Amino acid sequence: MSVVSMTVNGKPASADVEARTLLVQFIRDELGLTGTHVGCDTSQCGACVVHVDGRAVKSCTMLAAQAEGAEVLTIEGLAKNGDLHPMQAAFREHHGLQCGFCTPGMIMTAVDMIRRKPDLDEETVREELDGNICRCTGYHNIVKAILAASQEMR
Amino acid sequence: MYQFHYERPKTLADAEALLGKADDPKILAGGQTLIPTLKQRLAMPSDVIDIGGIKELDFIRAEGDAIMIGAGTRHATVAQSADVQKHNPALAALAGGIGDPAVRHMGTLGGSIANNDPAADYPAACLGLDAKIHTTKRLIEADEFFKGMFETALQDGEIIKEVTFPHPEKAAFMKFRNPASRYAMVGVFVSKGPWGVRVAVTGAGQNGVFRVAEMEEALAKNWSPDAVAGINLPAKGLNADLHGTAEYRAHLITVMAKRAVAAAG
Amino acid sequence: MSDKASGEGIGQPVRRKEDFRFITGNGHYTDDINRTGQTWACFLRSPHAHARIRSIDTSAAEAAPGVVAVFTGKHVADDELGGLICGWTVTSKDGTPMKVGAHPILALDTVRYVGDHVAMVVAETLADARAAAELIDVDYEALSAAVALSTCQNEKTAQVHPEAPRNTCFEWELGNKAETEAAFARADRVVKLDLTNNRLIPNAMEPRAAIGEFDKGSGIYTLHTTSQNPHVARLVLSAFVGVAPEHKLRVIAPDVGGGFGSKIFIYAEETACVWAAAKVGRPIKWTGDRSEAFLSDAHGRDHLSHAELALDSEGKFLGLRVKTIANLGAYLSTFSAAVPTYLYGTLLSGQYDLPAIHVEVDGVYTHTAPVDAYRGAGRPEATYLVERMVETAAREIGMDPAELRRRNYIRTFPHQTPVIMNYDAGDYEASLDAAMKAIDYAGFPARKSEAASRGKLRGIGMSSYIEACGLAPSAAVGSLGAGVGLWESAEVRVNPTGNVEVMTGSHSHGQGHETTFAQLVASRLGIPMEQVEIVHGDTDKVQFGMGTYGSRSGAVGMSAIVKALDKIEAKAKKIAAHLMEAAVEDITFENGTFTVQGTDKSLAWAELSLAAYTAHGFPSGEIEPGLKEGAFYDPTNFTFPAGCHICEVEIDPDTGITKIAKFVAVDDFGTVINPLIVEGQVHGGIAQGVGQALLEHGVYDAESGQLITGSYMDYCMPRADDLPSFTLGFTKTESPSNPLGMKGCGEAGAIASPPAVINAITDALGIRDIEMPATPARVWSALQAAAPRAAAE
Repeated sequence: MSVVSMTVNGKPASADVEARTLLVQFIRDELGLTGTHVGCDTSQCGACVVHVDGRAVKSCTMLAAQAEGAEVLTIEGLAKNGDLHPMQAAFREHHGLQCGFCTPGMIMTAVDMIRRKPDLDEETVREELDGNICRCTGYHNIVKAILAASQEMR
Repeated sequence: MYQFHYERPKTLADAEALLGKADDPKILAGGQTLIPTLKQRLAMPSDVIDIGGIKELDFIRAEGDAIMIGAGTRHATVAQSADVQKHNPALAALAGGIGDPAVRHMGTLGGSIANNDPAADYPAACLGLDAKIHTTKRLIEADEFFKGMFETALQDGEIIKEVTFPHPEKAAFMKFRNPASRYAMVGVFVSKGPWGVRVAVTGAGQNGVFRVAEMEEALAKNWSPDAVAGINLPAKGLNADLHGTAEYRAHLITVMAKRAVAAAG
Repeated sequence: MSDKASGEGIGQPVRRKEDFRFITGNGHYTDDINRTGQTWACFLRSPHAHARIRSIDTSAAEAAPGVVAVFTGKHVADDELGGLICGWTVTSKDGTPMKVGAHPILALDTVRYVGDHVAMVVAETLADARAAAELIDVDYEALSAAVALSTCQNEKTAQVHPEAPRNTCFEWELGNKAETEAAFARADRVVKLDLTNNRLIPNAMEPRAAIGEFDKGSGIYTLHTTSQNPHVARLVLSAFVGVAPEHKLRVIAPDVGGGFGSKIFIYAEETACVWAAAKVGRPIKWTGDRSEAFLSDAHGRDHLSHAELALDSEGKFLGLRVKTIANLGAYLSTFSAAVPTYLYGTLLSGQYDLPAIHVEVDGVYTHTAPVDAYRGAGRPEATYLVERMVETAAREIGMDPAELRRRNYIRTFPHQTPVIMNYDAGDYEASLDAAMKAIDYAGFPARKSEAASRGKLRGIGMSSYIEACGLAPSAAVGSLGAGVGLWESAEVRVNPTGNVEVMTGSHSHGQGHETTFAQLVASRLGIPMEQVEIVHGDTDKVQFGMGTYGSRSGAVGMSAIVKALDKIEAKAKKIAAHLMEAAVEDITFENGTFTVQGTDKSLAWAELSLAAYTAHGFPSGEIEPGLKEGAFYDPTNFTFPAGCHICEVEIDPDTGITKIAKFVAVDDFGTVINPLIVEGQVHGGIAQGVGQALLEHGVYDAESGQLITGSYMDYCMPRADDLPSFTLGFTKTESPSNPLGMKGCGEAGAIASPPAVINAITDALGIRDIEMPATPARVWSALQAAAPRAAAE
């Protein structure tokens, strides 16, 4: 066991964990932030996507220790002062979620997507969602929500 | 995951020392292959040496007629590098098409080629661009580096430091993705440069990345898609599975090669 | 009506109430819940498709760090727990009941599929439980396995259950054989096709999970689980498995991350967790990982069929005969016998006036995971068969597929089909016309030649589907072998301050009931939606319910709410009459206000609610205090959503990649409460149908019975770039069988789309058939096979 410390959603967080602890386990089990989900064991579904030092990563494919000292942002930290992030608002407005399980990973991926590519079109959004699987929506409204948010955030 | 001892050295020298001391260490670079492997309990290293914190491995330098890329450089960084885009756009595009965006934020050049997954993209770039692989012990030519599926010339305790990619005159990578895994089912890197013409294929071969002499010769004579369009490769030695027969893969090599030459201009 | 009210009323695209918690990471799925003193379970699963267990040695596992207990089939047997059951009995054509093999919670002496449950380790941490499970020493005698559907009924093939010779669970038939033979005898043309309906693995994004608990003081068991129907789970666990009596067992299905059928069923893991919680005296948590889901969630589809369609010289359908072999897997799952029989054979008339139908279905066991309902359940298989046959017939007789359909559509209602169903309402030509217009059917030839100029093969295919939803009239299903009734319940509780809680037996796991149900209640009571709370998924809060599947929550679940609201309104009027000193007949209720007709006397909803609870001066014996009513609604018929989907594909002949260029869906769902949610249901359904047609396939090795597609590395899930944006349209004929006129929308996309896609691909390639999924490799192979022929022509 050793102490791992990082900043999560702007607050210092540390816990004494085994070396094999994944970042997603640290977030869910140690910090109780259960908005980040685990939907597969082959690093493909993207339900676990969070931002580490401003970049989207799969928290199921990273040791907590690798994030030592990092700034981590999870879905719980996205809304600021009670105001939804434009991406969260767009997902609601355009019915971009159904069961909600893939949603946190989708939203975190989408926010990162706009950071990297402010000028999005439908084809790009679909390509960029390569690492996020949704079983409910057929992606139609997710794509619509992301495009709408990218306009909003311009 | 089994238990292991974890270290995150700050320098290459520290990393080498740690590797020397450990019983059965594994080097953790970006972790995008190693961590899934550990999760599936398919590996049981005594020590995991995380080289992700070693700053000296994270760089991109264009010098003379080549680009030097540190082994710890993330795929996303390579894809977005102005230098790589300028001198070697095929390499930038290849890096920008590995895995998915989140994977590209973690995965590294060194990790990819050290693992030598038979469906990985970077081995095709290394072989297709006559790259030089610099390790803590020596310089290894790409032709000598890839030794078969998940096998490389690397010895125990040897860490990749950087890879030198000479600028090509023309180059492109075309990938047919496995519909399920999204790894390359057939990826073809074609190039023309001081080394002549190279055609490197990833994903399709039972022994990992390989060159296609017949196509290289044809393209050396006539750099055009037509030059490779008529080449039908034997299916022998190619993978066959649920996603396609060896014959299908052989056919796709020709199709991807043709398209790569067209894209390279 | 105020703007607010009209914005939230029936038919309005109200944004979902449940979204806030999901988009902010505040949902509560089963794995998000942790209980004090909790232990973790890990299941040791069979590595063999078929093996005898000679012995199990758990001593090393028991001694491993952190291990609390290890359970095997022997412990289960010692406790005399019952096995898992199938709630529907199908009778073979010889009159004998289906042959049921025992389905123990943990294997006793035989394992029957890779992933079958052998032992459960309970430990302090999940890592401890996993490590200990590897220490269990099982001495297996590996046996040959029955895997391939085409050979599993051979005499020499390994037997899955001794009770079922030739692995045949039932040989079922429906329709009139003699009339069908006669129809074929006088036919001008007979079209024949062998069709495969590929095995699918559901893959709700939230894997199954459970937390079992036992309270020693009260003797009450609690199970948190990923269920589409917690009351059915409780009933089965009590009445059949015998974990605990119903009143001592609480089942809670909190937020559930998708189901698609796979979370209807009662599985071994959840059962073992709640049972063993009493044994270890601590809560036991199990969260399946994706690999476990692939191995042990009930799979879907998996049919082999031969079909023949008889036509007269004008293209009028005379008869259809079908022989299907349906894979049931190694054990019967909760509803598995019903899926390839009553949910399949009864829909083989499609939208057509088909005077004679005869279908035979052999339900067979194989050494593979159980197969049960998956989105559409039987109806996609029926639709695929019918719509592939119709399209093939049109091509063979050289008639436009739309025209052939028009010639055979049912046009008068009610219509009794030869296979049980009585269609109550529909206008099939309306949806066909709308879909053809939306896709610009007339412009297709031009698009095809434009694509050809780019070296691409373009094809178009349609599918006129019908489904039976609103499951289901209890008397009807009872007469067909169901062990349960398929009504729904609701309870409306009005609080003294006027806000309302609605307890529903439906369960939302993505469908948005918290919104649509609240829309219904709010518009009926004239109060804002935010004053309505929809409560579901807890057997302690909701008295009983049959859950959500079969597109039943609108047509059946909401109808129960309507019935309860009727009672609320009746009682409220009585109270209003008393308070305003008027006759009940003179009270009107509109927009949340009770008025005495012809006077200016009125009472607001909130005032009345409070009065109901203060009850001052209520005439004793005439009006009870309080305002709470419940209702059970049993539908009088199935509902029959129908429509037309048209798909246009473009194929790259060099790679075999099929791109969906356009997809149009026009559906008739009757009354729509919330179009935003209904459209979302259609999108998701189409994606799953396209997945079946192009990408998804659950494949076992034919010899070893190993699951080859055991992860997303090999099982191809639809990604965003596999799909286009869809064009949707709606037509409307109201269902006369329920008070709201609703038909159901949850499964339509998955039912309608596969034949549309395959019809388009076969059109593009100019071939008769291609097996689903039409992967690039298969399309390319089909082109290679067709090439010499084309060259010769």
